[in-house]
Amino acid sequence: MIEIKDIHKSFGSNEVLKGISGRFEAGVTNLIIGGSGSGKTTLLKCMIGLHQPEQGSVQYDNREFTTMNFEEKIEIRKEIGMLFQGSALFDSMTVEENIMFPLNMFTDQSRKEKLERVNFCLERVNLEGKNKLFPAELSGGMKKRVGIARAIAMNPKYLFVDEPNSGLDPKTSIVIDELIKELTEEYNTTTIVVTHDMNSVMGIGDYILFLHEGKKFWEGSNKEIAHTDVQELNDFVFASRFMKAAKDKF
Amino acid sequence: MNFTNFGKYLLLLKAVFRKPEKSRIYIKVMFQQMNFIGVGSIGLIAIISTFIGAVMTLQIAFQLVSDFVPKTIIGSVNRDSTILELSPTISAIVLAGKIGSAISSEIGTMRVSEQIDALEIMGINSPGYLILPKIIAGITMVPLLVIMSMFLSIGGGYLGGTLSGAVSPADYVTGITTDFNPYTITVALVKAFVFGFIITSVPAYEGFYVKGGALEVAQASTRAVVVSCITILACDYIVTQLLL
Repeated sequence: MIEIKDIHKSFGSNEVLKGISGRFEAGVTNLIIGGSGSGKTTLLKCMIGLHQPEQGSVQYDNREFTTMNFEEKIEIRKEIGMLFQGSALFDSMTVEENIMFPLNMFTDQSRKEKLERVNFCLERVNLEGKNKLFPAELSGGMKKRVGIARAIAMNPKYLFVDEPNSGLDPKTSIVIDELIKELTEEYNTTTIVVTHDMNSVMGIGDYILFLHEGKKFWEGSNKEIAHTDVQELNDFVFASRFMKAAKDKF
Repeated sequence: MNFTNFGKYLLLLKAVFRKPEKSRIYIKVMFQQMNFIGVGSIGLIAIISTFIGAVMTLQIAFQLVSDFVPKTIIGSVNRDSTILELSPTISAIVLAGKIGSAISSEIGTMRVSEQIDALEIMGINSPGYLILPKIIAGITMVPLLVIMSMFLSIGGGYLGGTLSGAVSPADYVTGITTDFNPYTITVALVKAFVFGFIITSVPAYEGFYVKGGALEVAQASTRAVVVSCITILACDYIVTQLLL
């Protein structure tokens, strides 16, 4: 479980986050949604320590993260897996080396054991036999899946996913969404997905936190989202003609 | 590099020298960097050193044409200039262009494509993992390249001088073997050590703090070479002043 309380973050005079609070449970897919510039990615980066919030707290299973020193943060980060928007695979390494990298760094497993783990992770994301390919040889969807395989290599307790569907076709997006949901339920991870993809929202949003102009405007599940009277949320969710037409059927 | 940047540079170095997560992996990366910095630069340094040695001999011969000056002085002047200044400094400036831009581009690209963020999220000290092996490779391989450069430059002087007839082989060899002061080698190696540190750490700093995209990576790469060259020349003066 991850709990955030009253997170404030500014860049110069631009206040991006204005007191965000929320609670993200384990075993369910938690979504942070909002329009461009609403502060989703900044909130995510505050939660994982890439940005230091000016005010507020981030707790990983009641362990206060924001006030930890460097070494303590490193220990928490070993429990974190993250899929970046651009996958962030290491260009100079093969798929196998990318997934094996955290295992090499933090475990004393034999090469055989590490290879077994790599193959298991690749199998889990349906990329068996792609070990020796380089990131430049992969499609966007395959890169995302390798990114997920690398993120789960160390059996993380916390999984962060930044815009998993950006640049992907609808079919591949659904595959990635379902994979994230399956892994979350299977390993009981605390999963937080930052997205503005409405298919993800309606498909896997067990808990949704909606941000607008740096503030939390709404929280609830995908079953409740169609029946809210929060104007900003309705404007965001039902912006497209398709979603407007579909609204009555929810 | 202004004072703010210098402060950030020192803080980055502090992070670079934190205890490695796993020394074995750092050592593996270090050998890869030694191969890139050292072995990968042998050809370039060899060509430049040989020609500079040859040109130096011709110019010294041209400037010292006098019946009162023995021809052996050509070899002596070429030897001391090469060891004390040309080999360390010219090699360092050339390497700053070749290696500095590569280091800055590599780390800058990793920054803008979130690969450095990925390292940090994994719990890896990214400055240590990315920069420490490069610095160690720099401070070990640049002195070796400079030693090679000294031999080739003096050899190039021999070839240039004798082929053009500016100096006889016997005079040149007598020149380079007369009144040799081994301390000049120490000075050159201290310079090479300092330059090796600059060539790797300054571009790494420029790349590490890149913000933006491809254009900013390219600008950081250019800045890395310029700042490295200026820093090399400034440190050249300081080391020379301190040691001679």
